[in-house]
Amino acid sequence: MTADPSPLAPTSLSPRLKALAPALGVLIALFLSSIVIALSGVNPLEAYQTFMAGAFGGSRQITETLLKATPILIIALGLTIAFQARVWNIGAEGQYHIGALLAGTVALVQPDLPAPIMMLAMVLAGLGGGLLWSLIAGLLQLKRGVNLIIGTLMLNYIGILLVQYVARVPLRDPNGFLPETARFAATAQLPRLFGTRLHIGVLLALLLVPLTYLLLWRTPLGFRLRAVGNGPTVARSVGIWPHRHRLIALLISGSLAGLAGMIEISYTYLRLRPNISDGYGFTGILVALLGQLSPIGTLIAAVLFSALVVGAQALNVTLQVPVAVAGVLQALLVLGVLAGNAIAKR
Amino acid sequence: MIDITKRFPGVVANQGVNFAVQGGEIHGLLGENGAGKTTLMNILCGLYRPDQGQIQLQGRPVQFHRPADAIAAGIGMVHQHFQLVERFTVAENLVLGERKQLWRDNPKRLHQRLRQLASRYGLDLDPAMPVWQLSVGQQQRVEILKALYRQARVLILDEPTAVLTPQETQGLIATLQQLAAQGTSIIFISHKLNEVLAVCDRITVLRDGQTMGTVAAADCDTHRLAEMMVGREVDFTRPERASRDRPEPRLRLEAVSVQGHHQRPALDAISLTVHSGEIVGIAGVDGNGQRELEEVIVGLRPPNQGTIHSQGTLAHIPSDRYTMGLIGAFSVTENLLLRDYRYPPFQRRGMLRPKVMAQQAMTLVNDYLVRTPSVQTPSRQLSGGNAQKVVIARELSRQPQVILAAQPTRGLDVGAIDYVHAQLMAQRDAGAAILLISTELDEILRLCDRIAVLYEGQIVGWANAATANVNHLGLMMAGKHPPETLSIPMAHDR
Ligand SMILES: Nc1ncnc2c1ncn2[C@@H]1O[C@H](COP(=O)(O)OP(=O)(O)OP(=O)(O)O)[C@@H](O)[C@H]1O
Ligand SMILES: [Mg+2]
Repeated sequence: MTADPSPLAPTSLSPRLKALAPALGVLIALFLSSIVIALSGVNPLEAYQTFMAGAFGGSRQITETLLKATPILIIALGLTIAFQARVWNIGAEGQYHIGALLAGTVALVQPDLPAPIMMLAMVLAGLGGGLLWSLIAGLLQLKRGVNLIIGTLMLNYIGILLVQYVARVPLRDPNGFLPETARFAATAQLPRLFGTRLHIGVLLALLLVPLTYLLLWRTPLGFRLRAVGNGPTVARSVGIWPHRHRLIALLISGSLAGLAGMIEISYTYLRLRPNISDGYGFTGILVALLGQLSPIGTLIAAVLFSALVVGAQALNVTLQVPVAVAGVLQALLVLGVLAGNAIAKR
Repeated sequence: MIDITKRFPGVVANQGVNFAVQGGEIHGLLGENGAGKTTLMNILCGLYRPDQGQIQLQGRPVQFHRPADAIAAGIGMVHQHFQLVERFTVAENLVLGERKQLWRDNPKRLHQRLRQLASRYGLDLDPAMPVWQLSVGQQQRVEILKALYRQARVLILDEPTAVLTPQETQGLIATLQQLAAQGTSIIFISHKLNEVLAVCDRITVLRDGQTMGTVAAADCDTHRLAEMMVGREVDFTRPERASRDRPEPRLRLEAVSVQGHHQRPALDAISLTVHSGEIVGIAGVDGNGQRELEEVIVGLRPPNQGTIHSQGTLAHIPSDRYTMGLIGAFSVTENLLLRDYRYPPFQRRGMLRPKVMAQQAMTLVNDYLVRTPSVQTPSRQLSGGNAQKVVIARELSRQPQVILAAQPTRGLDVGAIDYVHAQLMAQRDAGAAILLISTELDEILRLCDRIAVLYEGQIVGWANAATANVNHLGLMMAGKHPPETLSIPMAHDR
């Protein structure tokens, strides 16, 4: 409301109750979802059981959940950094696509690179693609005053369509029936972990959790990013330049989204084609917010969201509940937790 | 208010506080920084709910669940830190939350009415001005007017005079006395003991969240009050001035001009030099270019004309600690190291060292008497005075060569003011060049070697602290040129 940041809201809840508020939000979300599930003619308890079993019931299910969580987690960690600096990058979906596009192009144009060099080149192309795409939005804002939310949002569509175009026209597989490129060489596939279906990208994503924490809370750069996010005028008066640091935060989040695109393209799809994302870039926004902009919270939220999708598939197969129910549950969860937090802040 | 207790994580802000105000009374509320004054008043105006205790209004127990309840009951509060929408005009801020008023009145009539209301209480304001263009002092007048506009019967003023000049304070006091005569009860929080004694009928003192007692102003003096506040005798003696050797210019402004709003320059060809080992004071009524002068010196705003030379590290104690000094979400530690976090020993091989940072913070918190539950506490949870001490600790602990101190003791209690003054003088003796911008004439006279008076963006005169005449300074601050000072314009500034 004013320049005054002091919280003048009534503090009527006890601290212990406050810590529980997000959990309470989850419970309320589950309750409301039960109604939706019951409306589709299924016993909610049975549905939740199937759901849990589908997402965590065995090593196959857990693997599936982790695989699905990986791109979401990488994107959401990048957005955690951006949002900590109050940089509203909602263009992760586009950055993801351009990362995938550049990495895929490398794999298709230089199929004979030896494995380690191929991987390195693809990782760099993925990071670079995401960086480039976010840089465009950043420069549009800095030089032309284009609102970052609008800029990044619009670039999403261009990024998605660009992948479709490249897959259909210049790099289309002349021998295939579908509008997609040829399959990548084996050297362009992410190495698996010890004979499981998990790949090295999962490990990387998990490693990025502590790294993000360290960056934000243990490095001078992270200190500056948070300073710019929490008090831009104060930051400026102690010599921390908001524009520069907002751009840095944007580029970090863009690069990570591009990396997520590279990982998906060199594991799940192994070629460029339309539909190479399950809306990961948008889910990442929700996950970062749900995770309260903390890396650990983001990890939990990413696994939760992925479990929702995986569990919903099981639900669909076993009990014929529409997959859209998972979407409803996701949305309710986000609202529930955010509302819980809003109450806790009072 | 009966037996009020309010706890925050790590602190008991109010503990069994009893506090009663009578109709038509001006009641002073005193206490050191962090004693719990603001918290108690936030409970009274419905912002906090007490953990224990009861509020009674005219003998009947009441419960305020939200500020609107308290406003409806006729309790208006002017907060220590203002609650205004910066983008809105004065008038819009006043009618905020009363949609039907906004419907009924066209802006012209509303402005007319507000102008009348303002002048009735001697509050000089233009209802059409957007709030962000107003000085801190003017913003406060908006707050007072807002409470009056809502027909408050109990008016709470949290450190209202901290931002006012002596003349403005006189005006405010007249307004308050007029209101009290009409039956309004006024609760007046201040750290200026003389002022409290002069204005108030009765005075309640808080210490560490507890009531130390209520006394009639008539049978009290500053020493007794100070003793009640701190629990010991307070020393009011004037500090001695050390001699200085070989001054060299450290901060130099040459014909600096800054464009303001309404075509008028906010700063008009300001020239001044501050040497090592001296304190130069900028006296003047708030809103005459102080904010612009501050911003232009620290580089937050480029001058339209003229040059600024500054030598060595510049420390800046900003006039507005919340927009320029402290990040509310950051911990006390992070705020204390907002400038030094990236230098050793706080950083090693690219990584911050939280333990070393916390240790340094603990040292500064002890040295500067900051009262906080821990150094991890977010700074927005500190009391007003303690927040100010954090800024001062950060800026003065860096052994600066140049210090720009703008309203450095605003909101501090007597003990803390003494401490900060001593610090500034110690820095001066260590060779720092200090520019002190203050609307407190007392402070300027106490600390400065040379005094410049700022009026409508111009330096209208210089005075030597040793020979300065308070009345002449006052006249110059009001824009009237006493004949003696006209003849010595820039001569002092060599
Ligand atoms: N919202 C809050 N959360 C946690 N602690 C708080 C909060 N508000 C105040 N406190 C703590 O309560 C104590 C009393 O603070 P309060 O603001 O009432 O002091 P005060 O008497 O107004 O001091 P000052 O003269 O410095 O303004 C302080 O220790 C402060 O840190
Ligand atoms: Mg206070």
